[in-house]
Amino acid sequence: MSETAATPPPVLSIRDLKTYFVTGAGTARAVDGVSLDLRPGETLGIVGESGSGKTVTSLSILRLIPEPPGHIMPGSLIEFEGRNLLTLSPAELRAVRGNQIAMVFQEPMSSLNPVFTVGDQIAEVARVHLGLSKPEAWIRAVDMLNQVGVPDADARAYEYPHQLSGGTCQRVMIAMALMCRPKILIADEPTTALDVTVQAQILELLEKTQADMGMAVMLITHDLGIVAGAADRVVVMYAGQVVETSATRDLFAAPLHPYTAGLLASVPRLESGRGVLKGIPGSVPPATDWPPGCRFHPRCPHAWDRCRTEEPPLLSGPRPGQSARCWLVQEPARRKPPAP
Amino acid sequence: MSALVQVDGLVKHYRGSRGWLGLKPSAPVRAVDGVSFSIDAGKTLALVGETGSGKTTVGRTLLRLVEPTEGRFTFDGLDVFRLSSGPLRALRRSMQVIFQDPSGSLNPRMTVGDAIAEPLIIHRLAARPERPARVAELLGEVGLDPSFAPRYPHELSGGQRQRVGIARALAVRPRFLICDEPVTALDVSVQAQVLTLLRDLQRTHGLTYLFIAHDLAVVRHVADDVAVMYAGQIVERGPTDRIYSSPRHPYTRALLSAVPVPDPDAPRSRIVLSGDVPSPTHPPSGCRFHPRCPHPLKDSRCASEIPGLEDFGGEQWAACHFGGKPM
Repeated sequence: MSETAATPPPVLSIRDLKTYFVTGAGTARAVDGVSLDLRPGETLGIVGESGSGKTVTSLSILRLIPEPPGHIMPGSLIEFEGRNLLTLSPAELRAVRGNQIAMVFQEPMSSLNPVFTVGDQIAEVARVHLGLSKPEAWIRAVDMLNQVGVPDADARAYEYPHQLSGGTCQRVMIAMALMCRPKILIADEPTTALDVTVQAQILELLEKTQADMGMAVMLITHDLGIVAGAADRVVVMYAGQVVETSATRDLFAAPLHPYTAGLLASVPRLESGRGVLKGIPGSVPPATDWPPGCRFHPRCPHAWDRCRTEEPPLLSGPRPGQSARCWLVQEPARRKPPAP
Repeated sequence: MSALVQVDGLVKHYRGSRGWLGLKPSAPVRAVDGVSFSIDAGKTLALVGETGSGKTTVGRTLLRLVEPTEGRFTFDGLDVFRLSSGPLRALRRSMQVIFQDPSGSLNPRMTVGDAIAEPLIIHRLAARPERPARVAELLGEVGLDPSFAPRYPHELSGGQRQRVGIARALAVRPRFLICDEPVTALDVSVQAQVLTLLRDLQRTHGLTYLFIAHDLAVVRHVADDVAVMYAGQIVERGPTDRIYSSPRHPYTRALLSAVPVPDPDAPRSRIVLSGDVPSPTHPPSGCRFHPRCPHPLKDSRCASEIPGLEDFGGEQWAACHFGGKPM
């Protein structure tokens, strides 16, 4: 990739990450050679449909993959502050997890423990990671609830998850994640289970806290609208691989990979009237049986012989920091004009 | 053109919980509280709203999957809520439903072909020898190869399962389809395929749709008219273009502004509402939206006086005391 000298070193580097699952139907290569960098202070959007491997990538970073059936293959590297997270001892890993790298998940209701008050659950983070006493930790928990915009935090801290709405539960999850002022926040579909007006509240909150704390955010989502509004750069995943990396503006203005272009054409938009949406024909193949050559070729409108046999590497595109796993980057003349 | 579907004053209250030993007085859960709309034959009305707005309950009461508390529903001149079980069963051939989760609505032990043939058997629409041909025909209509008939739901992708759900609904040749979040569980590239299929089927079969959804961008692509629900009531309704270009109700405005736009250069003027959807057991007094309303002119009247649906011209109606004033 063409990196300019001014680019600061990444806070997190993933190189050739392979996470496989052994299943009855064969080995599922859920994440198959993913490399990406997260730079300090940026929001990196990771976009893909179900089965693309985006969630398994994020879970692999903190080694939250159940083993077995999951296996992070030898040769994979996840570098954070000069260390490979994949070789840390469980104790060393615990010092990083939740402390320097924190995570927010999709289902806030099921991520919280139903039998403890939310105040207890937030305070636990302060006791474990910051070594605070019980009363100190409780004060910090209420303080965090205030910071993430939960009204009447003193009283709410005594409530159980089932007494709170989905949006408030997600605020509680964010309060827990931010307790230790992490360097990296991984947000995996943080608003997918929420209504659109609540989603707007949570996105606003994430934006504000990132500006306050200066952390890097890895925002995993299937929603290109969220990426357009929140991310500085975007990584598009398909079939366990990164198929395109680009600055957000370039990705939306001139997508290189036909899959990215197809996704953009599929998104229903408010401003356009009743009309034809162009989907991508077919569906994502099973992870146990990726197609040979380019994994997108059976669904690609441009595919030719080379795509069926030869797997393209990530090739640098015309704009800085832009690359795509597609032979069209080398042979742009083969790109067909869009169908009318 | 006369309306095929006419709903007037639909109410569905569920009995509230009485608490431990039945000592607490029960307050009814007001899931749907006075909803009226009509749909012309061959058209699509989208019912939009967030979780708890009552949109799904409306769909279920129309099908009489749950019995309404009050109100009237006329379908092609028939008073549906007063039909006894015999005529109701006959009417159900004309009204079908497509659910959100295609994996949850198909029997995992039934092949695709059997699932599609089931309504044909129940309604005695095809004799045994004719069934395979009819199943193949229905599969073709939803864009699936006849070779899918012997397969089981778990062998299919989400989009293929939803196509089977549609084929099943079409099997009885209905006139009215209630689509309850039909593409919510699908990936965006597949979602576009299914929306296109629904539109094509509407054209070829002259179907009428009640499209229940929370995604306003999706609704924009399918609906002729839109009704926005909040806390069990319709707060605004009208032709799709008018609702999207000049919404009158502050809730509609906030909903539209909150939809993420897939364009990094789009101007962002998100109206962020505070708080959550109100409890359906104790809805706020006056306008149910008033505690969250961002309208600058909001006053004491909003908390005391229930706003009625007011005509804003061009078939657009909104229930707001200040719907005529800019925000």
